[in-house]
Parts: sequence; C-alpha cells; structure tokens
Amino acid sequence: MPILQGVVEQNNYISDLDMTEIAKELDLSAAQVFGTATFYSFLDTIPRGRFVIRVCKTITCDMHGRKMIVQTLENLLKIKVGETTQDKKFTLLETNCLGWCHKGPSMLINHEVFSELTAEKVHEIIAEYMHK
Amino acid sequence: MAEFLKRVDLIFGEYSDQKYKTLEKTMKRPNDDIIKDILDSGLRGRGGAGFPTAMKWKFTMEQPGDEKYVICNADEGEPGTFKDREILSKVPRKVFAGMAICGKVIGAKKGYMYLRGEYRFLLPGLLEEINDYNEMAKELGIDFTIEIRMGSGAYICGEESALFESMEGKRGEPRNKPPYPTVAGYLNKPTVINNVETFVNVLMICRIGPVQYKKLGTRDSRGSKVFSVSGDTPIAGIYELELGMPLEKFVEEFGDGDTKAVQVGGASGFCVPRKKFKDTIIGFEGVPTGGSMMIFNSSRSMYNVLHNYLDFFEEESCGQCTPCRVGCQQLRKGIEAVKRGDKPITYLEQLMKLSETMKITAKCGLGQSVANSFSSIVNNFREEMIY
Repeated sequence: MPILQGVVEQNNYISDLDMTEIAKELDLSAAQVFGTATFYSFLDTIPRGRFVIRVCKTITCDMHGRKMIVQTLENLLKIKVGETTQDKKFTLLETNCLGWCHKGPSMLINHEVFSELTAEKVHEIIAEYMHK
Repeated sequence: MAEFLKRVDLIFGEYSDQKYKTLEKTMKRPNDDIIKDILDSGLRGRGGAGFPTAMKWKFTMEQPGDEKYVICNADEGEPGTFKDREILSKVPRKVFAGMAICGKVIGAKKGYMYLRGEYRFLLPGLLEEINDYNEMAKELGIDFTIEIRMGSGAYICGEESALFESMEGKRGEPRNKPPYPTVAGYLNKPTVINNVETFVNVLMICRIGPVQYKKLGTRDSRGSKVFSVSGDTPIAGIYELELGMPLEKFVEEFGDGDTKAVQVGGASGFCVPRKKFKDTIIGFEGVPTGGSMMIFNSSRSMYNVLHNYLDFFEEESCGQCTPCRVGCQQLRKGIEAVKRGDKPITYLEQLMKLSETMKITAKCGLGQSVANSFSSIVNNFREEMIY
C-alpha cells in the first residue's frame, strides 16, 4: 500500500505499467496489485489532474448545500463530476464522508481540507489554485 | 444547562505536567493489576460495538508467542463521526500512551496507527508526536515503538479484519470470524485493535483510577464519551458528555427546537423519531453510538436521508459477500420503485425482510448493520417513503 500511495502522490494515478513493475519487484502477480489498487477510492488507476477535488456527498454536507457547491465547481472548471480539465490541472470527484459534518459542506483538494463552503469561498479557493 | 448533560473534561483534559508521566508510573505496575483496573472501570470499546476492553486485552495477553501487535483504529469513516480527528489533533500524546500501556500488558513490541486517507493532513503533526514518543520510550527503556499506516479512502477498512488485510497490502475485505483478532489478527498474530478514544480512556483510567472513572455514566455504560454533533443544530461540534443520558435531554440541548429525528450511531446506527426521544437512552443499554449524532428537523425528507445512506453503503460495500453487495443495491432500487409508484406499498415489507436477511447472512458489520437504519427509518417514517 505505501508503494501505491507513493505512486499516486507522484504521478496522480497508477498506470498499468506501474502496476506490472510493482508486481515484478514484489514478486506478486499483476492481478494482485491491480486488485489492491482498484479497491481503494484514493488509489486512482485512471489519469487524474494535478489537483484532485473531492466533494463530500454524505448526508450532513448534502443538507447544507453540497449540490450548489458541486454546481459552482462544475461551472468554474467547465467539467462534470468525474472529469478532468483539458490542461490536466483539476479533477472533480465526489466522495463519502470526510469527517467535517459539523462544518459542511466540505471538500478535499489533494490532502488539504476546506470546510463551511459557500459559492464565494469556492471561487476564491479555485482562483488561488489556478495560479499554483 | 440540564443536569443530565454534565460536560466532562476527561478525554480532552490537559496533559499531565510531565510528559508521559502516567505511562511511566503504569509501566511499573503488574499487568494483572492494570487489567483488573480496566475491568473494574467497566470500559467498553468506543468504536461503536462496545466490546469490553479488558477482556480483549486479557485474551490477547493469554495467547502464547512473543510476536503480538497493538493497532489503533483511526479509520473513522462513519458518516457523522469526526471525534477521532479532534482527539488526534488535540491530544495525540494520550493515544500513544494508551497504546504503549496496551503493548506492555499484552507483551507486544510494535504498535501501528491506521489513519484514514481523508485525515492525511493530520500526518505531519502526528509524526512529530510519534518521534517524540519513540525517543521517550528509548530513554525509559520501554520496548514498544509506534508507526503510522495510511488508509486510502475505504470505509470498510474500519472493520478490524479488513483493516488487517489492508495493512498487509491487500484489498480491504473482511475475514471470516473466528479466529478473532485476539488470536489471529495482523499477520495472523495475536492483535489488540482498539478505537482511538478507547486508548485515551485506558490512559485516563490509569491516571485517575477506576473508582473515580466509574462515577461517570451508568451501570451499563461507564465513563464519558465524545460525541460528534451535526445536522440541524445551531451548535454543531464535538462534545464530551457522560454516557447514559436520555435522548430527550440531548435534543433539548442541541436541537433547533424543531427536531424530527436523531440518527444515533451514523449510517449504520438507529434512527430515533421524536415520539421515542423520551424513552431512549444513549448508551449500551439503549442505543449505542460510536459518537455520531445527526439531528434532522422537520424540513428534512427522511426518504432522502435513507437514500443517501443506501448510496453510501452500496458504494462502500466491499462486494465480497452476496447479501451485502446485492442487498444494498436492491434496497436502494426498491425504495426508488416504491416512491415512483412502480411497486405497491406492500413491497416495503419485502424490502424489510431483505434487510433482516442481510443482518443474519452478511459476513461483516457493514452488511449486518444496514438493517439498523433501514428498518428504523422505514418503520418510523413509512408515509415519507411512499409519498
């Protein structure tokens, strides 16, 4: 797992080639590595952007306006949930409970947490990330 | 404030004046005495299942062999729960001290903390604290070191045997039980796995003694508990309260005056409607909780709430056993069909049967507990499921 996590950290996703290489090094079958990699939602096996945005979709964030946040992001980035921007900078995803239910809605951008989101806040955050 | 809702300052209380003072003192005591204290205190696991902590430790202690492990389950994924995050960011030292005490008692030399991927931002602070601990352990001659392993966004890995699988680098699929972790856990060695909050409780029992600790809570639910309060409440957040309080008092304190229902224990817990607030005790004698308290007011559709939970379970089911993999899907499709009018109202009874079947036949706690929220919401808010 730490190897797979490291690959995601570096390349934003784990390619088929990476998986076969890892299998060879660890003397496992490629299927075993593939099995582990595809089980975990944070171990992406398709190319992702440099910044992966994960919006919490669980009940309390949902109650506090998750849909509006997702729409704002979709409009800003001109992509739908599950897609990556053409410049490979942002990927927009939804995820299950992030553990910020008292401060919903919330999202993760890579490892950084943003909570108590409003449309204005999302604008500011994305503007900041555009320059990174 | 109502007298029932005594706020407690045990878990989040200040560190002792000297680093790892309680740990140093406890290291000199005989193992049987420590176990006896924890048994006396009545401490039950704080992850939600509520297994007596002392028994878990005792079983593992009695296992032969000197390769044993202590694991701290910090894969807090239950919707509506965020207390472990707060504990790990405010008082991580108490967690590590609790783990070290466990290591001494059961005879383990190695401890791991399994931290959920979503809490990756806590890692730098925790690593610093762990370095500090490991250095201190070396100085005091404590043969027990701690490491952190990261999860990668899978709710099911909070299930103990799935967590071991994940730590071993495999898919996080729960194992058959028995054998229990006390016999064959991580790497098939005897393992104690406890929730973050449980380890802090152990340390506090060692510090203040079981007599003092027992003054908190009720006969079946000793001590205090950290609650994660969210939903329709003006004061969402983390609160440490005594166990065994009536839900009515809780709602009085935290509700917004229009509370329709409280989901106690997260998506896998129970939904308690307004008419039952009075007779419901929060604790192991009533509705147990891992700390999640989600409050819904009358503007919320319980159909949407249930649909959200089922979506959650469907996605997080590991897919290993059929009752859970297919059951979660069918429950969701079922309530959608009833809502649309494609299925008669009596179809709800069939779905209820299905959820009961899942409770009996699913391999792990995830599939078994879907029925909790499903039946408590459908039974209490039947009309909302239909119209």
